[in-house]
Amino acid sequence: MGYTLGIDLGSTTTKAILLDANDRIVGRGLTNTRSNYEVATAVAESEAKINAHFTFLKEAVDSSPKLSSQAAPLLNNLENRFHLVQHLHRVNRLRRQCLFEAAADRLLPHQPRLTTVLNALFDQIHERAERSFSTADVDRSRFFRDIVGSEYMALAEEQSRESSIALDLLMGLYDKSILVEENQVLDLSFVEAIQQAVEAAGESETLTRVQQKALREVVEEAASQTLEVDNMVGTGYGRQRLPFRKDQIRSEILCHGLGAHYFFPGTRTVLDIGGQDTKAIQVDSQGIVTSFQMNDRCAAGCGRYLGYIADELNLGLHQLGPLALQAKRPVRITSTCTVFAGAELRERLSMGDAREDILDGLHRAIILRAMSLLARSGGITDEFTFTGGVAKNPAAVRALTRLVEENYGTMKINIHPDSIFTGAVGAALYARHTQGGIA
Amino acid sequence: MTTPPAARPPEIHKEPSMLLQKNMLADYFTRVSKAREEGKKIAYTFVPGNLTELLHAFDVVPVYPEINALQNGMRKRSAKFILDAEKIGHSEDVCTYVKADLGMLLNGNVGPTGEIIPEPDILLLSYTGCFTFMKWFEILKQHYPKAEVVMLQVPYQGEGTPTPAMREYIVRQLRESVIPAFERISGHRFEEDRLREQLRRSAEAEEGLVFALQSARRRPSPIDAYFGGVYYIGPMFTAFRGTPECVDYYDTLREEIQNRIDAHAGPITPEGPMAEEKYRLIVEGPPNWTHFREFWKLFYDEGAVVVASTYTKVGGLYDQGFRHNPDDPLGTLADYCMGCYTNLNLPTRVELIEKYIRDFEADGFLINSIKSCNSFSSGQLLILRELERRTGKPGGFFESDLVDPRYFSAANIKNRLESYLQMLDQRRSQAVA
Repeated sequence: MGYTLGIDLGSTTTKAILLDANDRIVGRGLTNTRSNYEVATAVAESEAKINAHFTFLKEAVDSSPKLSSQAAPLLNNLENRFHLVQHLHRVNRLRRQCLFEAAADRLLPHQPRLTTVLNALFDQIHERAERSFSTADVDRSRFFRDIVGSEYMALAEEQSRESSIALDLLMGLYDKSILVEENQVLDLSFVEAIQQAVEAAGESETLTRVQQKALREVVEEAASQTLEVDNMVGTGYGRQRLPFRKDQIRSEILCHGLGAHYFFPGTRTVLDIGGQDTKAIQVDSQGIVTSFQMNDRCAAGCGRYLGYIADELNLGLHQLGPLALQAKRPVRITSTCTVFAGAELRERLSMGDAREDILDGLHRAIILRAMSLLARSGGITDEFTFTGGVAKNPAAVRALTRLVEENYGTMKINIHPDSIFTGAVGAALYARHTQGGIA
Repeated sequence: MTTPPAARPPEIHKEPSMLLQKNMLADYFTRVSKAREEGKKIAYTFVPGNLTELLHAFDVVPVYPEINALQNGMRKRSAKFILDAEKIGHSEDVCTYVKADLGMLLNGNVGPTGEIIPEPDILLLSYTGCFTFMKWFEILKQHYPKAEVVMLQVPYQGEGTPTPAMREYIVRQLRESVIPAFERISGHRFEEDRLREQLRRSAEAEEGLVFALQSARRRPSPIDAYFGGVYYIGPMFTAFRGTPECVDYYDTLREEIQNRIDAHAGPITPEGPMAEEKYRLIVEGPPNWTHFREFWKLFYDEGAVVVASTYTKVGGLYDQGFRHNPDDPLGTLADYCMGCYTNLNLPTRVELIEKYIRDFEADGFLINSIKSCNSFSSGQLLILRELERRTGKPGGFFESDLVDPRYFSAANIKNRLESYLQMLDQRRSQAVA
């Protein structure tokens, strides 16, 4: 029996999960490509497959007597280099696209300076990438667009100061090109990329010849594993547009319920706060949904709320939670309307409240809204599992823990490190068990 | 990405009875617009607890602001009307029927079919469980200072059953205030025999409606008792009850449904006969009118048939045995008013829906909660929990609005319905396993 694939099309990211015949997660894929769902699906799927190859590679390294002593640093280095190869491939593709856009007739007056400036700019992006990817802790939560976007902008500012090319022109080229770049699947196979990574790793690591040989062998073995996907199921908004058969599409309510049960079999209530909606789900002992509630008249209090606040404060989304945890005198904010909350934020800031204190209040407000949805769905029953992008936010988790305790007493609150993949896991399980017949 | 094929206006399938009703409505709105020229008086009144037979007995033409609002909603006219009503100071949270009605008034009172609806001579307010009705006519009174307001206080069924004293209270009001007011305004004396004649025809037509509603007990159900149901109640709940046309309409309907029963066929949807009955559902709450067809499509595309609904009982619970009784004309009007769905307490509503779930062998039930209708919506979550507890059938909860298009989020509602139906599927297969 082969693998099953679950795809969760979210409003912020698209997630893919690859399960083996024993329902073990072997691959996880995540992409922020969202302008075209078909591409997003393909990208997430290929990411999940790459991740699966790394899973196999890790197992092979761990069980290789010659390599196991250095397994962790070796794999880390290999993975970083692999991602560098991928990244540089995309940088080059983006460079070509920018140069192509720059060759448009209307830009003729700016030639050849524009080409020179773009090349200089991309050379620097290239160099910086080589440096940043060689460090041990690469932040994997950042997407290609985020990394390249901020570098390009900073470099474009420099270039526009030094040359007579306007910043607007450079940014315009980028904006056009990144869309094209994001809407393409990576045309670089795992084998090609890993071989380049192995060569680079072999040079840098202090590996003996024997170890180098062993490494090549295990890599070859892992790369040669075929990932036959027996069945796939898609979920999330936009699922109807997927090139899937109707029986390969499941509502994300059901997928989240089953996914939560997979991670924590004792789950009876699930809260999922995603980018554009919040779901409160009750499941039975098999992970089958018995009732659910979601917001549909108003999207107040969804993940996008925090995104908006982050934009207002000029912060990254992932910085909000840790900052709110530093609150000393939390501010009470009751509005869950995203726009009102933004207004309240500015008002409070102007009154001198500390940013972290306001953020604490904002996190509490979003959780209060979720509490009302939970109450509607039938309350919270032990065990309670929290999923979705917001489950990664420590301040949201703290607010939830407190409010659950206040309203329902002590209970086990589960948050899985892979919680963002909950829907995709459920989908992959459906893909397996629809064939087997339970769903 | 695949591009959908170029849109061609789809052919809309309608049952003969629907076409008949369309003509009846067109004639009705023409009659309303010409009422003044023909020297007739006009009464505005509400659907739940309407006294249409009595109005006809005085030759008064009834106008139903709720019907105008929903017809305008279906014809995509309500959004502007609502905004216009908000412009003059009515809040976003006010019942959108009220605002759609006021908006129409502010735009020259041009009705759903394009004909002008004349001012009322009388505002007949049968108070049957909806507090907003009172406020609505209070506002209309300001716009139509010459119109007389007559109020019929219908006791709320808080204890679940009407008492003889309640009945007597309504009859006394009819005798002492409603009838004298209509005599005064219409210039006609009250003739009880005319009323009896109307009521006799009402009862006859009511048999036809009940036949239609009860036909949904069959498998497959030959009707959709919510989306189709709102058409089937049309003549009965509005200006036609008690008229010969109404009797004819229900004869046509009966024949049409009988044909489908004989053919073992399902309901007719706007896209033609429904293919397969996969889910049998009960629905509580009014439909959304601005996206009515879109809302319906979400159901029939998935093979979901509504086999009974409470909204089709707001103008009377005929399926529970009530018939207008020509032998007791005023008493029967009292019984009718008290028994409308809007006038029932929560336990009675729960019992009724529970009965529907069992009698119609439903797979589950749905509640469409109306944002701007506190009267209908409050307590719906309690109804949901209680029904789940009593029947073991899963309930689903939607949120939309009557005629305010701003509160219909198609993607979310589709997502909910799909999730709900998939949940039913799963529970079914679990039960088999």
